[in-house]
Amino acid sequence: MIKRLSKCIREYKSASLLTPVLVSLEVVMEVLIPYIMGKLIDNGINKGDTAFVIKTGLLLIVLCVLSLLFGAGAGVTAAKASAGFAKNLRRDMFHNVQSFSFANIDKFSTSGLVTRLTTDVTNLQNSYQMIIRIAVRSPAMLVFSLIMAMTVNSRISVIFLCVIPVLALGLGLVVKNAHPIFKRVFKTYDKLNNVVEENLRGIRVVKSFVREKQEEKKFRDVSETIYSDTRRAENIIAFNAPMMQTATYTCILLIAWFSARLIVSSGETQMTTGDLVSVLSYVMQILMNLMMLSMIFVMLTMSKAAGERVCEVLDEKSDLHNGENPVFEVADGSIDFDGVSFAYSKDSANFCLKNVNLHIKSGETVGIIGSTGSSKTTLVQLIARLYDTTQGTVRVGGRDVKEYDLDTLRNAVAMVLQKNVLFSGTISENLRWGKEDATEDEIRKVCELAQAHSFIEEKEEGYNTFIEQGGSNVSGGQKQRLCIARSLLKNPKVLILDDSTSAVDTATDAMIRKGFREYIPETTKIIIAQRIASIEDADKIIVLDDGGVSGFGTHEELLADNEIYREVYFSQKKGGNENE
Amino acid sequence: MSNQPGNKRPPMPPRPPMSRHGGTPVRMKGEKLDIKIIGRIFSLVGAKYKLLMLLVVLCIFLSSLTSIASSLFTGTLIDDYITPMLKSGSSDFAPLLAMLLKMAVIFLVGIVSAFCQQRLMVVISQGVLKQVRDRMFTHMQTLPIKYFDTNSHGDIMSRYTNDTDTLRQMISQSIPQFISSAVTIVSTFVAMLATSIPLTAIVVVCIFVMMTVTGKIAGNSGRFFIKQQQTIGDVNGFVEEMITGQKVIKVFCHEEKAKEDFDRKNEALFENTYSANKFVNILGPINNNMGHLQYVILAIIGCVLAVLSGEGKLSPTSLLFIELGSVVSFLQLSRAFVMPISHISQQLNSVVMAMAGAKRIFEVLDSESEQDEGYVGLVNARYNESGELVETPEHTGFWAWKHPHENGTTTYTELKGEVRFFDVDFGYNEDKIVLHNISLYAEPGQKVAFVGATGAGKTTITNLINRFYDLADGKIRYDGININKIKKADLRRSLGIVLQDTNLFTGTVKDNIRYGNLDATDEEIVEAAKKANAHSFISRLPQGYDTMLTNNGANLSQGQRQLISIARAAVADPPVMILDEATSSIDTRTEALVQRGMDALMKGRTVFVIAHRLSTVMNSDVIMVLEKGVIIERGTHEDLIAKKGKYYQLYTGAFELE
Repeated sequence: MIKRLSKCIREYKSASLLTPVLVSLEVVMEVLIPYIMGKLIDNGINKGDTAFVIKTGLLLIVLCVLSLLFGAGAGVTAAKASAGFAKNLRRDMFHNVQSFSFANIDKFSTSGLVTRLTTDVTNLQNSYQMIIRIAVRSPAMLVFSLIMAMTVNSRISVIFLCVIPVLALGLGLVVKNAHPIFKRVFKTYDKLNNVVEENLRGIRVVKSFVREKQEEKKFRDVSETIYSDTRRAENIIAFNAPMMQTATYTCILLIAWFSARLIVSSGETQMTTGDLVSVLSYVMQILMNLMMLSMIFVMLTMSKAAGERVCEVLDEKSDLHNGENPVFEVADGSIDFDGVSFAYSKDSANFCLKNVNLHIKSGETVGIIGSTGSSKTTLVQLIARLYDTTQGTVRVGGRDVKEYDLDTLRNAVAMVLQKNVLFSGTISENLRWGKEDATEDEIRKVCELAQAHSFIEEKEEGYNTFIEQGGSNVSGGQKQRLCIARSLLKNPKVLILDDSTSAVDTATDAMIRKGFREYIPETTKIIIAQRIASIEDADKIIVLDDGGVSGFGTHEELLADNEIYREVYFSQKKGGNENE
Repeated sequence: MSNQPGNKRPPMPPRPPMSRHGGTPVRMKGEKLDIKIIGRIFSLVGAKYKLLMLLVVLCIFLSSLTSIASSLFTGTLIDDYITPMLKSGSSDFAPLLAMLLKMAVIFLVGIVSAFCQQRLMVVISQGVLKQVRDRMFTHMQTLPIKYFDTNSHGDIMSRYTNDTDTLRQMISQSIPQFISSAVTIVSTFVAMLATSIPLTAIVVVCIFVMMTVTGKIAGNSGRFFIKQQQTIGDVNGFVEEMITGQKVIKVFCHEEKAKEDFDRKNEALFENTYSANKFVNILGPINNNMGHLQYVILAIIGCVLAVLSGEGKLSPTSLLFIELGSVVSFLQLSRAFVMPISHISQQLNSVVMAMAGAKRIFEVLDSESEQDEGYVGLVNARYNESGELVETPEHTGFWAWKHPHENGTTTYTELKGEVRFFDVDFGYNEDKIVLHNISLYAEPGQKVAFVGATGAGKTTITNLINRFYDLADGKIRYDGININKIKKADLRRSLGIVLQDTNLFTGTVKDNIRYGNLDATDEEIVEAAKKANAHSFISRLPQGYDTMLTNNGANLSQGQRQLISIARAAVADPPVMILDEATSSIDTRTEALVQRGMDALMKGRTVFVIAHRLSTVMNSDVIMVLEKGVIIERGTHEDLIAKKGKYYQLYTGAFELE
């Protein structure tokens, strides 16, 4: 994990390396300063030697300035290194997500990816800054202070050498006990997020069923778990401060006692009062840094979880790749399925598509109909190679889809997804997704074709109308028409509409299809629909049933020999016949 | 460097161990600290924990005194014990031992009170956070639908985690830090004054300089922190939108463009983070070293004064008179005095963040709840022997409206499901009316359908029946009662709704269906699923009814999700049902089966149906054709066909447009 994450440091390596160096230099200064202060008291103030005091004072001022420079320098480089590290982490993750296939995307939940890109990264950023600053500073301080204390008076320093292991053990116990609880708390945090998210999304359901009380209970259960777990963990952490105080005070008292004896009995020959002041300062430094180390340890073990989550995204490899020597040209819009079977998970015997064989000529209009869960969507997604087949081959323009460059293929095969999305931006910005440099005429033409032009014109700002996130300010039918227009702009060889006119009224739907016939006759059109009317006039119709092709032919043929098709047709047609 | 071991916290880490959601996407409008918000935070803490908080203050007071005692300790030790002993050559250590024992007791008190303070603070801070979250959620349940329409979900969610966590830092660390700092500052200041007035004056000047510098830097970093939070919000929003639409990005080969946009926002975030942290990071070394400088200045001046005093050039009554030992003590005191000031400055950022967080939390808590002035309730009822409606506690499959009158009497009206609209006008904004003059009459047991183009106002009508929104003009009567008089909860309980956008909750299939009726037995659930025609596909799921659904049922197809939500409404067994495009993603064959089940279920009950597909609505008792918020045609399928109006066009368009 650490190795993977450290790859993201890149251009901030120098800042990352400079920080510990500067921190170490600052530490040297900070250790020297109290030492010289001790001398100042000892040889200067206690002896009333003003000249010495001034001389040492000036030295101290120089040291202070140096310490300030090193410290501030380290602060700046640490900020740069950690912010840069976070930037690279986010960048690498986002870029990798862009290379994901549909199968990869399905693996992560949207909110999961969003949290990884934001909160988890911030967490790592804080840890990283701490590692290069404090995690260097504390042990360095510890070692230097110990050395200095030994230099001042090795016999007295033995005292805290005895106390340190006891304290370290105590802090270790605290970390060991608190960590598993914290880990649990984070998982509960995810649950809390989930409860709130589902509540927000389903608020109409909650209110319709008058389930506010139940939702509150659900929430309270989670928030109670967070409360009690965090309380337990923090109660353990609460031992840190008193423990360290106990150690400190014990050291101070012991040192005071033994030093006083030593000073008095030796008449300041083996130890001076100045030495005593210095040693007491070092006691503080050493114990303080031990405490910091324990805090760092707690935080690091906690950001470990974040690191693992980030690595999951970074290490996820797209399972769809361009073949060697990819083809950059799609000849025409013919489509062939040869013995295609497909399962969403590789090791599953649960096939969604079973041995599908289909041959569609370029320029044909093909309708697909089938019951809920009959894998209509799955079938068409294989054409644009959004997933790879489990068995068999799909060919577009006479070539296996795996031979094409992915972008070439997807530009030639335009798909209007069932669950479609508009992005925040103006209508024309959204449409230009299909073709970045489309002229206004081109845009207008496809909108007319998709029957979107008239409602766009009715809007006050026309094509410059701003679409809110998720397209919440256009109706379902309008959204679908915009999505169709967006795909048409690609001028594709194959156009796939996955139930894309379900919210469009039948008359408009018919006009859209009429436009397709007249203006894009070369394009192969594949239309998934629930309404027979939407596909009745297609050149061929595929009837899907439980992942298999139950019928493939014209409306008349199927009406004659396909039971399922007939049933669907009459269920929709019945009322009409009775009245005409 | 410091001889003040007391209640001090390490200056790092900048975030407490719990703060996992560190990157607070707080968006702040103003930079000014709002005193009112601080007051409200305190009242949150004080509301439930007044007594505990007093105890905490006491503990902080005690442990601060201990740390002051410990900073005086070195001076006392040297001046009163070691130096006199050195001078007198005495080797009687008994007084020293006594003094050390006395100190040990004081230290013990300090340790115990520090421990108590920590423990109490955990209870208080976590308790307040829980209270804030619970209150927010409970309040959120009472907010009108409009609130949820106009606020981004990601933004609301972050108030429960990121913003609440900012409070944690402030309550558990900043508040105690401020109290202990105040105690330390006041007492050390008094002690310093007692030791030497002129040296204290120097300290005051130094502190003034320190505070000015700190204020400048903190102001800078605060500015960048606010910017940082804004850009985090920006990146957050972008990532959320892009990842939600990731499949569309793929289909359009738009990856490179998305990367470009992301890199730009990411770079801006980097700049702001870098600047904000840069200032915070240099604050520590600056304060530290200014403390050192002050120490040196004091040492030099103190030494000069002490030498002069020692040489008798200053009279013992002079203000400037000072002993060498006192200089040492004063130096310690001055450090103890500087320490809390730099601690406070380090807490400034967390206070700024907490204020921003609290502001957003209070925004939720202050949002106005749905008004419910209804007093007519829904009760189970039966007819007694004399043919009167009486209330019963048990479920009878028979409901009545309980209508209390001003004169103290109560009347019961049978719930029949009759819905009448009288000249209803409505607009989501006051200046844009979307429904005009809607009058309609649904008799009990009728199936009423709304057809029309998207945006014609079909869904809006049903939103008015269950009072998700309130009318602009006109009124709606339900069984003859103005719906404004009916308690909202009871009104909604009497209406079953299935929406086009299905929302399933994390839990098993069974749990999700049971959402419609918490008391439903397993048999009733299976029964409802059969009616909704969902039973067969549920049985084929790996764990049947116990299959876990996550991510809004991502492992099901759109049509299957709709079937489950229909089963959920069926198990609620409501007197009136609203189906809003409930079968749009279900193929027509399955739909026909679902309808048969629903028709059986809804026999004698009122059903409102919204659909594009005319086959869905054809057999309705009355069909309303809506256009731009106006009912332009109404009647049965046959009537409307005969009328050869809009409906006829729609209907024939489906089959004859070629």
